Amino acid sequence: MLRGCVVLDCTGRLGWLAGRLLADLGADVNRFEADGADVSSAEWHALNVNKRLVRADLSVPGGRRMLEQLVASADILIATPEAGSEEAFDHGRLSRINPRLIVVAITPFGLTGPKADWLASDIEIMAASGAMSLAGEPGGAPLRVSAPQSYAWAGGQAAVGALTALAARWRTGRGQLVDVSAQAAVITALSHAPTFVDISGITPTRAGAYMTGRSVTGANYRVFWPCRDGFINFILYGGAAGRRTNEQLVAWMRERGVELGPLATIDWARFDPTRASQVEVDAMEVPIGRFIGSVTKREFLEGAHQREMLGYPVSNAADIATDPQLEARGFWQDVPGPDGRSERHCGAFVVVDGARPPLVRPADEPGRRPRKAPDA
Amino acid sequence: MSAGVLALDGVKIVEFGGYAAGPHVGKMLANFGATVVHVESMSRPDGFRMQYPPYKDGKPGINSGGCFTYFNDSKYGVTVDLKNPEGIRLAKRLADWGDIVIENMRPGVIARLGLGYDELRQSNPDLIMLSTCNMGQTGPRADTPGFGSQLSALAGACGLTGEKDGPPMLLYGPYIDFIASTLGATAVLAALERRQRTGKGAYLDVSQYECGLLFLAGPLLQYHRSGKVAERAKNDDPDAAPHGAYACRDEAWIALSCWSDEEFIRLCCATGSENLAKDARLASLEGRKADATRIHEAISTWARDRDAHESAQLLQSAGVHAHAVNTVADLFTDPQLVSRRLWRRRRHPVIGDQAYCFPAFDLAETPGDITAAGPVLGADNERVFRDFLGLSETEFNAVRAKGALD
Repeated sequence: MLRGCVVLDCTGRLGWLAGRLLADLGADVNRFEADGADVSSAEWHALNVNKRLVRADLSVPGGRRMLEQLVASADILIATPEAGSEEAFDHGRLSRINPRLIVVAITPFGLTGPKADWLASDIEIMAASGAMSLAGEPGGAPLRVSAPQSYAWAGGQAAVGALTALAARWRTGRGQLVDVSAQAAVITALSHAPTFVDISGITPTRAGAYMTGRSVTGANYRVFWPCRDGFINFILYGGAAGRRTNEQLVAWMRERGVELGPLATIDWARFDPTRASQVEVDAMEVPIGRFIGSVTKREFLEGAHQREMLGYPVSNAADIATDPQLEARGFWQDVPGPDGRSERHCGAFVVVDGARPPLVRPADEPGRRPRKAPDA
Repeated sequence: MSAGVLALDGVKIVEFGGYAAGPHVGKMLANFGATVVHVESMSRPDGFRMQYPPYKDGKPGINSGGCFTYFNDSKYGVTVDLKNPEGIRLAKRLADWGDIVIENMRPGVIARLGLGYDELRQSNPDLIMLSTCNMGQTGPRADTPGFGSQLSALAGACGLTGEKDGPPMLLYGPYIDFIASTLGATAVLAALERRQRTGKGAYLDVSQYECGLLFLAGPLLQYHRSGKVAERAKNDDPDAAPHGAYACRDEAWIALSCWSDEEFIRLCCATGSENLAKDARLASLEGRKADATRIHEAISTWARDRDAHESAQLLQSAGVHAHAVNTVADLFTDPQLVSRRLWRRRRHPVIGDQAYCFPAFDLAETPGDITAAGPVLGADNERVFRDFLGLSETEFNAVRAKGALD
């Protein structure tokens, strides 16, 4: 869809996903790395596949001159400016070379404000956004997701910003600066948690492996249940979907000959999770725990789907890699890797007009340097 | 409404669906000038109106819920009964008016209503339509019902959160829905760019599951390369030590990390642990990983009676990565977010002033804004159907009399 759109991706780790998303949507993305920079890691390959690798050191004048040559015919430049590199990506200066250029600056806190110069990696961004305060055991340490998420949130918002500016360019004829804050990007992930503070004066906190705040009695509901080969995410919901799920769970347990205990006599049409006491919840959870403990993740996934139940296994990379749903939709894309063997990547995130846009470039495919490239 | 030129001025969007995954796409685009019409019905209002707190004064009501308004600011709200043939006719007229239709029903539902892409493009051939759902429109589990809070587990995020030997942890709310809405917005905007260039519309099939996997693309490629399965590791990071969260006074916490040997020495000097700075065994990442407990205890002792925000300021001044672990309440007073005007208060007729969240980016020359509070149910029926669609007063009264707006 972005055919003909030329992107210069000069980002550090904070911005890799932005260019990947634009590449997957059809843009011609040129990925800059200094001569000799290591590009072998799985993380680098996963987020820089489908881009063209340009070797140039943008911290020296020669590299910057090369970038400026490419700027003349580019549509979007994405950068993660740090102290000392702001000038290289200064929109005012670059727009004198190409007034139609859109410059997307992704930084931990944004280009302005009292913390604009603060140092932050994933854990500090997750802390600053409030996300860590919502993950972990109550009273225990706040947690981040062990695989960095803030960079992806920033990259996603940067891609939205870049394309919003591209739409504006049809109207104004000019490019402009897009200022992206990673801290603010992660706040997107908090759903409506801020409204509790704003409207009710309640500050949501982390609840561990349990769901709290659903019952007027204060009862906590288990969310993660040990199964034979890991964990299942299952919640006793109310409402129409909850009723069907709970009925089907009991039917499934009955077929397996699992002792139902108090579940045997519950009328699920009348069951209201907001009114159950902790004693009642605990009693219900004993037979459920016994049943879930007897199934595997894949058994639960398939059985729950057949029965139209809510609930999913807690998947790891191996489970995801072998999920038939992803296979059927052609999600995985095989692209040549550094040693010539094929690498299996996440494909483009969207199916357009019935077809998933293919990944057309290996992660480290060399790009063309501009003619008369100065010595870097 | 904003006075200046807006990036998406003139772009018309119609939303069928509710909760987060669809409406959040429209919200972001509305903040940059798109005209967005959110369609509900009197009998089936958006599920976020009544099923999720908080409510004004704690009283559930169709127009008192802050969750719904939070994801629907800057939009127009209409009611159309999609079980009424006259309502379907009206919905089609609305879709004909739009440049973009966004829906997040279960696969097949919108088509059965007669509002599928193939149907709508008959009369609106350059329409862009985004369908977003749990699993995508195709595949053996396409029809799986589900909530984003549980899908985050299937997509790997919960399994990577928590102690190595403990259970997985919840991420707040339907985490993955917002990944899909962010990526879905990029797809819609890319389709808009193509339409400007070629005049061609598009049908966009977004699987929320697949979108979530893009956020774990590195660990997934690592598995495909080597069979190595990424595991939850509390707050550890393979490339930094120390790297974690430390309790401060008043039940607050500070997160900090050291990404070089020099940064570790700066941390030690700033926290009064010069003895650790001089210890040759801690002069490398490997050495600090091997003696992590001693370092953890030293930082914990330093932090426990200190203010988290002041400590972060002190460490930043020393050149160390650090930030207080903001609570959700802290987000409203964080000087950085205040300075960047992340929260913008708009008045709602029932809720009163409410803080709305601006997107994480802004444009220098065509800045966005929160132009209005979320609509009350059916607030803009007359405006949208009369002014936007051009129904005469007689026509409007006729469709209303036939129950199309119920």
